[in-house]
Amino acid sequence: MTDTRPDLRSVESTTETTDAQAQERFDALLEADERIEPRDWMPAKYRKTLVRQISQHAHSEIIGMQPEGNWITRAPSLKRKSILIAKVQDEAGHGLYLYSAAETLGTSREEMNEQLLSGKAKYSSIFNYPALTWADVGAIGWLVDGAAICNQVPLCRCSYGPYGRAMVRVCKEESFHQRQGWEILYALSNGTPEQKQMAQDAVNRTYGPALQMFGPPDDESPNSQQSMAWKIKRFSNDELRQRFVDMMVPQAEALGLTLPDPDLAWNEARGHYDYGQLDWAEFNAVIAGNGPCNVQRLAHRVKAHEDGAWVREAAAAYARKQSGADTALKHA
Amino acid sequence: MSEQNPAAPSVEPLWPLWEVFVRASRGLSHVHAGSIHAPDAAMAVRNARDLYTRRNEGVSVWVVPSEAITTSDPDAKGAFFESAQGKNYRHATYYTQSEGVKHL
Repeated sequence: MTDTRPDLRSVESTTETTDAQAQERFDALLEADERIEPRDWMPAKYRKTLVRQISQHAHSEIIGMQPEGNWITRAPSLKRKSILIAKVQDEAGHGLYLYSAAETLGTSREEMNEQLLSGKAKYSSIFNYPALTWADVGAIGWLVDGAAICNQVPLCRCSYGPYGRAMVRVCKEESFHQRQGWEILYALSNGTPEQKQMAQDAVNRTYGPALQMFGPPDDESPNSQQSMAWKIKRFSNDELRQRFVDMMVPQAEALGLTLPDPDLAWNEARGHYDYGQLDWAEFNAVIAGNGPCNVQRLAHRVKAHEDGAWVREAAAAYARKQSGADTALKHA
Repeated sequence: MSEQNPAAPSVEPLWPLWEVFVRASRGLSHVHAGSIHAPDAAMAVRNARDLYTRRNEGVSVWVVPSEAITTSDPDAKGAFFESAQGKNYRHATYYTQSEGVKHL
């Protein structure tokens, strides 16, 4: 971990703190459900876990622009184009809020960007699937963003302050994303039989991978326990997945579409919907780099970075010219 | 991703970091919203506008170079702020004899 963020200077400490005292204070803050802030002492593993989670989350937002960005020019009306542009712009923004939260932990933006472009860092497996039809844009908004909201709302209470605050901002914007997706599907579902079929196909393709967004089942998720103890995660993968399924069933009914799971059934005793096994072999294959679009997504991101180089250079040159010296760019 | 991409471009050092403060409406303080990288102050303000005020969040934006901020030491929290402790007489609620007396 390289500490390249310009450190906020602080007035000199008048007291010496031992590691044991620092750990005690950290534990007490968690116990009291207070937030940990960037300048607080924290265990190295807590910092590392957060950097990995937040930067992966940021990468997912950045890569997540691609399946839908691909549909901007082909959206069926000017209004749908405008909405889709706004949504894709939001996703870029979410990536930036999150990178900025991760930077407060001492990992530079360059380092995170390098990890994404070199393929070292992971991002959500869902974005390695193609958006084949316009209905997929609706299904992504409704199911993928719906799953994201389910995951992200509890993260607003994450023990690490900057992450929680970034998530508050993200969640406000995600509701718009999910509703616009639902409306796209609603319009198609109430259109011609072909349009309705297109909506159903998109839901059939997206539903399983969306449920996998919550991660592996609890008994196969080794880091979950520690993350919950640190109050980074507030609910387990399976708890969130169940919550999501329970929310989606009535929404699918309102759309007039079905969810592609023959085992889906209301369980009166549990007060929840039972659902069938997910295809974890496929999930693991996509994570391992063998999804339908892994190579394409990364290549596109690298190209966008290279093609954008002149913009960054021009902005830097302009700043240099304005300041009349190199002082504005002392980090360059 | 099992394979690393050998064709990945090198990532050049980024622009300086700025802290962004947004005033939600006239009469309120600017509140810290997050941070942003930008080559100079003018572009930092524009980028902050684009990133942090897309939904009527504010009427004014401040950016401050992160390096220019000096903070209290979080480890010294107790010692640094303790002079305010034990001075209850600084609070209006300390004075109870006047309870029930109007306009006081």
